Amino acid sequence: SISKVHCVVLLTMTVFSGYFSHSTDFEVHRNWLAITHSLPVSKWYHENTSEWTLDYPPLFAWFEYSLSHVAQHFDKEMLVVQNLIYTSPATILFQRLSVIVTDIVFIYAVKECCRSVREEKGSKDLLGHPFFILAALLLWNFGLLIVDHIHFQYNGFLFGILLLSVARHLQGRHLEGALLFTVLLNLKHIYLYIAPAYGIFLLRSYCFTKDNTDGSVRWSSFSPVRLVALGSIVISVGALSFGPFIAMGQLPQVLSRLFPFKRGLCHAYWAPNVWALYNMVDKALSVLGVRLKLLDVAKLPKASMTGGLVQEFQHSILPSVSPSITLICTLLSIMPAVLSIWCRPRGARGFLRCLVVCALGSFMFGWHVHEKAILMAILPFSILAVESREDAGIFLMLTTTGHYSLFPLLFTAAELPIKVLLMLLFTLYSFTSLKKLFRGSLLNPLETTYLLGLVAVEILCEVVYPLSPWQHTLPFVPLLVTSVYCSLGVSYSFIRLYVSLLRQHGTDKHKQL
Amino acid sequence: MENWSLVSICVLFGLTARWAVSLNSYSGAGKPPMFGDYEAQRHWQEVTYNLPVHEWYFNTTDNNLNYWGLDYPPLTAYHSLLCAHVAKLINPDWVELHASRGHESYGHKLFMRATVLVADLLIYIPAVVLYSFYLSEGSNKKKVCTVLCILLYPGLILIDYGHFQYNSISLGLALWGVVVLGLGWDVLGSLAFVLSLNYKQMELYHSLPFFCYLLGKCFKQGLAGRGLFLLVKIAVTVLVTFALCWLPFLSDPGQILQVVHRLFPVGRGLFEDKVANTWCSLNVLIKIKTILSTDTQLYFSLTTTLLAILPSSIKLLMKPTLWQFKLALVNSSLAFFLFSFQVHEKSILLPAFMLPLFLKDGLLVPYVVTSLAFLFFSIYLLSAFEHCSEDKLRLGPYRRLLICMPRMDLGRVTKWKFYFSITAMAGLSFMSVALAPPDQLPDLFPLLVSVFSYLHFLGLLLYFNIVQIAEPLQSVRKNQKKSN
Repeated sequence: SISKVHCVVLLTMTVFSGYFSHSTDFEVHRNWLAITHSLPVSKWYHENTSEWTLDYPPLFAWFEYSLSHVAQHFDKEMLVVQNLIYTSPATILFQRLSVIVTDIVFIYAVKECCRSVREEKGSKDLLGHPFFILAALLLWNFGLLIVDHIHFQYNGFLFGILLLSVARHLQGRHLEGALLFTVLLNLKHIYLYIAPAYGIFLLRSYCFTKDNTDGSVRWSSFSPVRLVALGSIVISVGALSFGPFIAMGQLPQVLSRLFPFKRGLCHAYWAPNVWALYNMVDKALSVLGVRLKLLDVAKLPKASMTGGLVQEFQHSILPSVSPSITLICTLLSIMPAVLSIWCRPRGARGFLRCLVVCALGSFMFGWHVHEKAILMAILPFSILAVESREDAGIFLMLTTTGHYSLFPLLFTAAELPIKVLLMLLFTLYSFTSLKKLFRGSLLNPLETTYLLGLVAVEILCEVVYPLSPWQHTLPFVPLLVTSVYCSLGVSYSFIRLYVSLLRQHGTDKHKQL
Repeated sequence: MENWSLVSICVLFGLTARWAVSLNSYSGAGKPPMFGDYEAQRHWQEVTYNLPVHEWYFNTTDNNLNYWGLDYPPLTAYHSLLCAHVAKLINPDWVELHASRGHESYGHKLFMRATVLVADLLIYIPAVVLYSFYLSEGSNKKKVCTVLCILLYPGLILIDYGHFQYNSISLGLALWGVVVLGLGWDVLGSLAFVLSLNYKQMELYHSLPFFCYLLGKCFKQGLAGRGLFLLVKIAVTVLVTFALCWLPFLSDPGQILQVVHRLFPVGRGLFEDKVANTWCSLNVLIKIKTILSTDTQLYFSLTTTLLAILPSSIKLLMKPTLWQFKLALVNSSLAFFLFSFQVHEKSILLPAFMLPLFLKDGLLVPYVVTSLAFLFFSIYLLSAFEHCSEDKLRLGPYRRLLICMPRMDLGRVTKWKFYFSITAMAGLSFMSVALAPPDQLPDLFPLLVSVFSYLHFLGLLLYFNIVQIAEPLQSVRKNQKKSN
């Protein structure tokens, strides 16, 4: 029956292929196809005819290279580097098809995750089974649909590998999980954010084969063989991907492309994280200060007063934030979670929880975070959500606000019905199915009111605002409102998730005593 | 999960599919000077907004009937007027007299698509939900599946949201008529159907069953008492509704004649293009169009149509139950489609058959996807194959007819026939798209598609007629529950 759900999803996704959205990511990937196909390997990370230079690790470049061999049968012109913003129908068809085909990885991964889901005994009809709900929540994930198929990225493929790796760990096949994660890291380095969870988990639960009776580390059970196995996997995959570039001495160039110094704490649309709130507070304080004549308008930095969401947001009252500060904050935020799986490992599920916390923590405190990164937390969290009541409540909150924060990605009038309908579809389904699964309401009234407030925000941004005079004087208001409102929800979910993790840690400790 | 959430999900899904198809091309996109149905609808908004009512159907200096003149009944005109008022609020350029001809823009396309969606949402979709829940049999889950399958029916989606028409309004109103009749409110049902008829004259296909069903009900209740009262009530409703719809035109008989002349263009010949009806297929063997004169063609088609629907109508008159009514609707529309005059392929709303049309509109991908999705859903959700036994298919009468043939499982035969048909349709679709026809036979593929479809329709007509007629007149108590 899962396979039937697959077909459903595949078919529906194809419907969207008829629609081409003018997203820059489309051109980015076309450019990379062109670069990897037409130029020799030594030029891949030096090429900069287009502004969208190759900034993913080499394994992704090899992936694009293999895709380009198929692409040449569709339209040879798209593989010419000079053809910037080339969008023939064959190109569109090929690119969309490539996303759909690579989504097969995602579908397989979902199938594997569903197999590992623990469920209560008792016969339920198909629609009520946790694994069906999980499959639907993952395959129909609004964020993934929007970002991949309308906006255009290969996230389905990448998240498929991530979920598959998680599934392998849940099934106890740790070496495969490690291999998959290394491959993933070499495909897109943003997953470095969750590498600590993997590292500590594998070190603690895989390299140390046994635990003491109280759950603490038994140093004597350390298995060098396993460590060497893990190490060799990491090194060999790394060699496969980076090897040619190290041999050519291009490693610094590659690294500079992978980690460019991007300007701005937030990018043009503030991702709903802590820094959005920080910016908001700073702006509010400065406005308040000017009104109360405590501050001199002329002394404030220009950027903060003239416009709204510019990238170089200079803080006027609160201290400025630099990349190193964000790094420290991120590390501090994930430290307790990582320590908890070292001290009291709770198997693969504890690892999964820590992974979600790492992903969410890096989203909350990272530098120049894109709102799409919320998916890195939402997708793995779905697995936990169908197994525990409390997680389901947190999941609903996180998912609804996280998905809503993706709305500004699609801003044309044609896409408005699609995003609203899909959002309604996913939200309605997630609420009713999880409610039925756990028999009862999952959110308290305050949370429900907050989520209903999202409707008000949407009406404000899409209906009230364009018809009001503020459209010209304060052009950034919709983005600002969306960003700040959602960051409240996301932060709240983060705190609740942490509380639940630490509480579990606490009960474990109590159990040992 | 509760019903309401499942139904909402189905409706949302249907709406998403509709809007996704909307984003594709429409009929006549970028093809001056005439463009297509999209331009026709836009032109009607222009005409109805700018010109006085008595000029809408006439050829005047401001209204050139050769350029997409109004050829639907008044309700379409009123609907266009309403849309035009909205359009004027958003962007007056869209309905500027003469100046807006051939206007194509991103905003306008969104507006037009939105009008279809709104009409669909207000009229057709509620009718479908009500129909599935009140008038179809089976468990709740089955009813939800029915909703989903009907909402995903590719023919309607592709024609309304792809090619661009407003079939959902007329079909929706007719469906409201069926639902309301099924609930026993005869007067309201006839009102709904009259409205539907006044939106598109194509609904005449369904008119005879409505007529016979209601008349039969009156007869059954006894013409001396309640039956007569019912008859009078219905007749009055019908006449009043017609009068209200045609109010602006009633002042002058010339107006009425002109409108009727526009609605039924008898000067145009037996058929145009490749249509899967009898005349077109017959034309392959005997060149009917050239042998008979236009008048003879008209009478000939009229007689054959009436003959084709006679059996089912009489049966309905004698036994006015809901099941008979549903069967009669199918039979009547099939008969009309197959035998009447000047039929367009859109009248059948059957997607596989309309493939050449979709290819012209650039709608190949939506066609493939929606057809596959629909087939998948209907086969999987409605477990079509599990109900493929002889009994369920009511193939009893066939068995009696084919008494001379060796004993075979007709259920299995039907199943295999279905597979064969699907494969043949897929093959024809593929050939139409991928291969070029030989030079001597440039119309080979559309012709093959239409003949193939014609044979199917003929077969369906025979099947449904036999099913309807073979039902016993006096139903036993036991059967009463089944023959809903």
